[in-house]
Amino acid sequence: MALLEVQNVSRFFGGLAAVNDVSFGVNKGEIVGLIGPNGAGKTTLFNVINGFYRPSKGEVIFKGERISGLKPHKICKKGIARTFQVVKPLQRMTVLENVMASAFVRARSRKEAEDAALELLEFTGLIDDRDLVSKGLPLGKRKRLEIARALATGPELLMLDESFAGLNPTELNESIRIIRQIKERGITILIIEHHMKVIMSISDRIVVLNYGEKIAEGPPDEIGRNPQVIEAYLGEAHNA
Amino acid sequence: MKKWLPYIITGLLALLPLIGLSTYMMHILILVIMWTVIGMAWNLLGGYCGQVSFGHAAFFGIGAYTAGILYFKTGLSAWWGIPLSIFFVSVASLLIGYVTLRLRGPFFALGTLAIGEVCRVTAENLRDFTQGTLGIMLKERTWIDKTWYYYIILGIAVFTFISIRKIINSKLGYYFVAIREDQDAAESLGINTTLYKTIALILSGVFTGLAGAFYMNYMGYIDPEIVFALHDISIITIMVVMVGGVATFWGPVVGAVIMVLLAEMIRSIPRLGVAHQTMFGILLILIIIFLPNGIVGDFSKIRKFFRFGRAG
Repeated sequence: MALLEVQNVSRFFGGLAAVNDVSFGVNKGEIVGLIGPNGAGKTTLFNVINGFYRPSKGEVIFKGERISGLKPHKICKKGIARTFQVVKPLQRMTVLENVMASAFVRARSRKEAEDAALELLEFTGLIDDRDLVSKGLPLGKRKRLEIARALATGPELLMLDESFAGLNPTELNESIRIIRQIKERGITILIIEHHMKVIMSISDRIVVLNYGEKIAEGPPDEIGRNPQVIEAYLGEAHNA
Repeated sequence: MKKWLPYIITGLLALLPLIGLSTYMMHILILVIMWTVIGMAWNLLGGYCGQVSFGHAAFFGIGAYTAGILYFKTGLSAWWGIPLSIFFVSVASLLIGYVTLRLRGPFFALGTLAIGEVCRVTAENLRDFTQGTLGIMLKERTWIDKTWYYYIILGIAVFTFISIRKIINSKLGYYFVAIREDQDAAESLGINTTLYKTIALILSGVFTGLAGAFYMNYMGYIDPEIVFALHDISIITIMVVMVGGVATFWGPVVGAVIMVLLAEMIRSIPRLGVAHQTMFGILLILIIIFLPNGIVGDFSKIRKFFRFGRAG
């Protein structure tokens, strides 16, 4: 049984179907890539899964339980964490405080929260920056801070929204390494990414959206050969 | 040194009445400490949790009226109003929070502003209950001398300071600041933002209410214009924290000292005295432009400024 099942989900804004009748599943331990051109509805779909939006139609099932309609904090406690495309660090808190704030969701004491946070900062390579105010971090580190913060809530499913956008090659490799290690920890990952090389190399399976609809689903090499996908997405990239 | 500072200050304040200050000086000290309590309470909600309230007079007034009505209707000592206000202000905060906390940012500020005014008008018109604009007066105050009032408000202030410090260093504190920094991010990180904002509001309200209940006992007279005042309570509360330093432990203390002294000084200037509200307005503008984090928050800036002045 799939860990996460998106069943015929639609989300309308006025007359516009930002997401239209999309279904797919994410199995435990997988990395699933979610791709599509700008405005394809990827982030909207994240917002539906994470509870910011209710689906206009359809349901989201997590571990066999319907979660659509629950508030985001409840969904987070059930085991889904996310990062944001536009990074939202808690600016006037230090890096450590940022991660501690979300570690408190599981931790029973301050000590426990601090230990969990320190371990995750070590893991994401941010340990030396722990006392910096997060406002001053460069983008690459802010993106990693978002990942650390999401991990601190102890998720089973981690949703990453463009965690690689705008990174330089060194930061990119660092982030890819971290994602692989997160997978080794047994955490399932659903990832939105524009960076083709990255998504093709780390995903076990890819779901492609275009104009709110799912146009393809399959392993990376198959997706790379799918004419519809090339037309909608890769074609544009190649021409550019 | 820094760790012992609260104890040293409390110790010094506790010894202060022994040196035989004038009644007027004691009155000023009591007001300073009372405003410290209100400032610290507001700071919890506005400074740490980021929910800027323009209606803290509501909590102050409900606290004061709890003591006043208790005395007036049952004949019990108005001092019972202090513990009782905790209950009544909590219930009121819960209702106020239910209405206003669904609003964000400036809309929350406007919502609370309205709530403060609603409380005032309600208190003016529920004549059977509150005596309306006649107000409630204690037939006689417990003490003529100010010493005991001083120790009671000092006790409330120490209790408030310790409680708020404990809260801010706990999980609650982290959640409050997370909500201030980004409510959506906080929510998606598993923080029940509605619940924790309500908790912040109740705590903030209760501490403000304690000051209100004390005020009834100390001043011996309240009416809706005084305790539910927008300009004299709600706005001054914000100024105490803004001047002292938002989201700092010592900000409200420093702010209360400055604001109370300033109010007294300006009021004593002939002719100009009546315009003290105007002066406060100008002061607030200057603070926001030059010391947006208040005197405590921007202390390094102030020090640098003076050092620079000397070097040049």
